[in-house]
Amino acid sequence: MASPMNPLLTVDNLRVAYPAREGGFNEVVRGVSFTLGRERLGIVGESGSGKSQTGRAILGLTAPGGRVTADTLHFAGLDVLTLTPRERRSLRGGRIAMILQDPKFSLNPVMPIGEQIVETLRAHRKMSQRIARERALEALAAVQIDDPERVYALHAHEVSGGMGQRAMIAMMLIAEPELLIADEPTSALDVTVQLQVLAILDKLVAERGMGLIFISHDLRLVSSFCNRVLVMYAGRVVEEVAASELHRARHPYTQGLLNCLPQLGAARHPLPTLDRRPEWAL
Amino acid sequence: MSAPRGAQAGLSLRHLRVVFDAFVAVDDVSFDIAPGGSFGIVGESGSGKSTVLRAICGLAPLAAGNVALTGGVDTAAPASKAFRRQVQMVFQDPYASLHPRQTVDRLLAEPLAIHGIGDAEARIELALDEVGLGTGFRFRYPHQLSGGQRQRIAIARALILEPQVLLLDEPTSALDASVQAEVLNLLEALRERHGLTFLMVSHDLAVVTHLCQHLMVMQRGRAVEFVAAADLAAERVAADYTQSLMRASAGFRRATG
Repeated sequence: MASPMNPLLTVDNLRVAYPAREGGFNEVVRGVSFTLGRERLGIVGESGSGKSQTGRAILGLTAPGGRVTADTLHFAGLDVLTLTPRERRSLRGGRIAMILQDPKFSLNPVMPIGEQIVETLRAHRKMSQRIARERALEALAAVQIDDPERVYALHAHEVSGGMGQRAMIAMMLIAEPELLIADEPTSALDVTVQLQVLAILDKLVAERGMGLIFISHDLRLVSSFCNRVLVMYAGRVVEEVAASELHRARHPYTQGLLNCLPQLGAARHPLPTLDRRPEWAL
Repeated sequence: MSAPRGAQAGLSLRHLRVVFDAFVAVDDVSFDIAPGGSFGIVGESGSGKSTVLRAICGLAPLAAGNVALTGGVDTAAPASKAFRRQVQMVFQDPYASLHPRQTVDRLLAEPLAIHGIGDAEARIELALDEVGLGTGFRFRYPHQLSGGQRQRIAIARALILEPQVLLLDEPTSALDASVQAEVLNLLEALRERHGLTFLMVSHDLAVVTHLCQHLMVMQRGRAVEFVAAADLAAERVAADYTQSLMRASAGFRRATG
């Protein structure tokens, strides 16, 4: 799928650091490199592994005070790190979009959902309010919301988590981004709702042929959804595996992550746990 | 805590009903847990599963029905202080359930003070040992601990009263997968060592069947199905809802065609 000649995103030696209390900097992402075509890439790791910081750095959403450096950070031929704040802002939500974990926090609580979608659209495309509204209703219908007119007028607190996340997906996809970064997009949802939301995301990503970076702590989920998986530990990529080859993962950390989950119908007492070795973090 | 214990207690619920204003959160739920048994409740958010736990320990009002400890010689009446000592709860989010401005020592001393139990020094040290933390953690604040370590403190706080029944409300859902495995192993070991009775709530079928022999599936406040863990593992389930939960826990599959 990905043409190596012309990747959508090239990341080489990405580093993110925050000021440490004792002075100096703490590196939370330490030399991450990958290229992405119009494919699905999973980034997996535990809390603190730097997976979310990697996604945020690509978008330019690193918290104030953080320092982002990279030998290369190119998106569709643009050197992202040298863009002006204004140029970066026009990329965000336009050509690169991001879906966050919990719609309760990522939706604006005091603005009807439909108006938020219209706002996103009109920030990136010149169009009349009336046409934007129609497009927003279409987008809500595309994420399988049965009654878009009704949901358009609702506020974030009036919808369920699954409905909120679908509205979020509608909002992120409305400007037709080329790259979508989804950071734990279904972790806050119930298991059955997770599958519905993933199926919608799956269909839309396939139809529009965009690149997807799926960030999650759930290795199994990611491998069932993506073509390729980067496994991160302590700010580094410790292993890259094709999703179909996951059972052949060689790094003990990847194997540990796979093994430690309880499975239906395969009782193991006690569960195998991760024996973290200091050399993994070197 | 390693002191020998009296008779173990089980738990019996009859026609439990919890109503918030006009909303019926739990509707006619009954089940029994044998002394030393482990029972799981599975369901989605809003199904009433956590409310059942909260009703048992008096954190939610009972509109009807009753809760009783069974099997033991000194089974206490619900809502009494003795009942609360025998039935302890571990909450979902260890980031929210520990007082941020109290040290581990203070957190663990509190239940002892409430129940007038002496010998706090030795009990706190023992409780920390039991959850695998050691006394080095005694004077730390919650923000100095990782999520897994915090959940261990919450478990130590519940165990320090030597309860017979432990109510576990999604004890691992806020934790990383590898830390979840450690906490599940800890809970299992503690149950074996102390003959505890477990009642665990989770949305994750695999986690519940790992720890519990029997489980109840809840939807919209009602019990949809009772099933043994072994039957669930063999996919012998009757209710549609249980089947959809099973499919969901198998992970994402791309629709074909």
